[in-house]
Amino acid sequence: MSAVVALTGLFDAQQIWRGRAAPVPAGEQPTGWAALDAVLPAGGWPAALSEILLPADGVGELQLVLPTLARLTQGARTVVVVAPPYVPCVAGWRQHGVDMRHVEIVHADSQDVLWAMEQCLRSASCAAVLAWPQQADDHALRRLQVAADSGHALAFVFRARRHLTQASPAALRLELEALPQTRVWVRKCRGGAVPAQPVALGRALH
Amino acid sequence: MLWACVLLPHLALDGVLRHRPDDGPLVLVAGSANARTLVAVNTAAREAGLRVGQRLIAAQALLAHFEVLPYDKAATERWQRFLAAVAYRYSSEVSLLPHALVLEISRSMGLFGPWPRLAAMLRVDFDALGFRQRIAVAPTAHAAWVLAGIGDGQAVLTNAALRPALQRVSVRKSHLPDAATEALPGMGIRTLGQLLSLPRDGLRRRFGTELLTVLDRLIGDQPAGLVAWRPPDTFDLRIELTHEVENLGALIFPLRRMTSDLAVYLAGRDGGVQRFVLQLEHRDRPPTAVVVGLLAPERDAGMLFELARGRLEQIRLPGPVLGMRLLARDLPPFVPAGRDLFDERPAHALPIEQLRERLRARLGDQAVYQLGSTTDPRPELAQTVAAGADATHERHPRPSWLFARPLPLRGAPPRILAGPERLETGWWDGGEVCRDYYVIETSLGQRAWAFCAPGEQSGWMLHGWFA
Repeated sequence: MSAVVALTGLFDAQQIWRGRAAPVPAGEQPTGWAALDAVLPAGGWPAALSEILLPADGVGELQLVLPTLARLTQGARTVVVVAPPYVPCVAGWRQHGVDMRHVEIVHADSQDVLWAMEQCLRSASCAAVLAWPQQADDHALRRLQVAADSGHALAFVFRARRHLTQASPAALRLELEALPQTRVWVRKCRGGAVPAQPVALGRALH
Repeated sequence: MLWACVLLPHLALDGVLRHRPDDGPLVLVAGSANARTLVAVNTAAREAGLRVGQRLIAAQALLAHFEVLPYDKAATERWQRFLAAVAYRYSSEVSLLPHALVLEISRSMGLFGPWPRLAAMLRVDFDALGFRQRIAVAPTAHAAWVLAGIGDGQAVLTNAALRPALQRVSVRKSHLPDAATEALPGMGIRTLGQLLSLPRDGLRRRFGTELLTVLDRLIGDQPAGLVAWRPPDTFDLRIELTHEVENLGALIFPLRRMTSDLAVYLAGRDGGVQRFVLQLEHRDRPPTAVVVGLLAPERDAGMLFELARGRLEQIRLPGPVLGMRLLARDLPPFVPAGRDLFDERPAHALPIEQLRERLRARLGDQAVYQLGSTTDPRPELAQTVAAGADATHERHPRPSWLFARPLPLRGAPPRILAGPERLETGWWDGGEVCRDYYVIETSLGQRAWAFCAPGEQSGWMLHGWFA
């Protein structure tokens, strides 16, 4: 079969137009983790929904976002924490530089978590919204994604790792790995290729 | 001095129509049972030939079906006071005259702009509330009242122009004492110009000093002698529904009107409301009270409505509702939130206070809070639900998640990363603790804040995650 043509030859002849993804605007919201910023297409968090998948609680999921929360609250922007699984420890958050006067904690039943998060995102008065929904299907996450888009807010959803197999409309999906060391796998990122290697997080105690 | 007069020719009817759709002929009647007379007719009734002053029997002969409501003097006066509160935002000197409000505006114009602009603002406000009005301005309150009575939009801005403007006004429309109004045309005195040129001495002998006082007030030779209206310190608005309402949906329309009236009243008073009560009145049982409490004083109409609606939708009606009453006693001063010129948030952003109220309306009063620290070293008591200033920086590692109560650690023995930090405290109130705190890593790779009895390193109790 002579129909087989080498791809490189075609590209060199410039007879083929190669589509590219729309360029992602450069990072306005750095994560505070230089290694992670380097692999993310926006150079930081997208102003959209980010999903963080955990093997268990207490593996560094807050450390991932605390530098961002510290930066936002020090700029007097509001951060809302919806239905946290434990009580945020004021002294601990403060050690990470978070100004607790700009952190609002919302207590919500499991069926109201998504509603509360959507309200916060749509209001456009919150810089970041963190939530721990118990049940969130594809449809609910899509609503959050749209709300985050319209409110220009950072939305973080923390879920168990078993949800990794389900498709998700989130703009960014990160999976945390605790052993043998704390590492972050980028499982999906809109506007760029998924990096093949995980990013190590150096976990300081405070 | 410059007085604006807002004449309210259809006050009673407009007040009734605010809480019901204006469809079909409707009349207000007054008088004794066997001589009922029409005192107000709406557009549909007027087109059918009904007139103010007609006997009810004559009207019934003209038109087969129309709605008849009694003229409620108390309600009409309440509306007039409510509108005085609206006008109060434009002047600190507002007085009530029959079917009219007068306000002193010579100083207000410095703030709100020249008369045409101020008049337009007044018209927008009254139109928005659904009250038809005629507006006039003159150097005296009574002259403004008289001018508003003969035509809308009359403006006499200087003292010199006042007499010429009043020359041609009929004495019938000059709000003179009744005896004079009846007698003067018989004497050939038909206009104010003729009356004002008569010698005062003769007028006093014939009509007494009352007429002279009225004329002096009209011209400005005597102060107006009006009692200045004072805004009340509570807001109390009650409406009667036209029929028994059994589902909450039908209460939304009157509720919107009531909350927007409250907002208008608050704006006029430059105050806010922090707590108000909606009372739903039933026939045989005590009213259902819906309490709407806010974190901070507010006065935005949309926000008040949304909050009241959120609270209202949560209740279950014990029976049909006959009337609604909105009662606000807490009217603290209101300080509008300042917005930073260089605010990064988008222009359509909902203020954080409103977001907080919206969340509280659905999730409960205690659902939205901030955490602050106390000076107590015990982890259970080191923080409290209150916005607090930044306290001292803790030198020892503290977790980011704290457990509501410590949990025993099961499974393989943990790896110790840091510690111990001994906490031996609380002896003063009986809640004494003596613990060694460590940072440990579990077999799953979780980092925890855990304690055990002093010097033991076993029997671990988890107290938080370094998440």
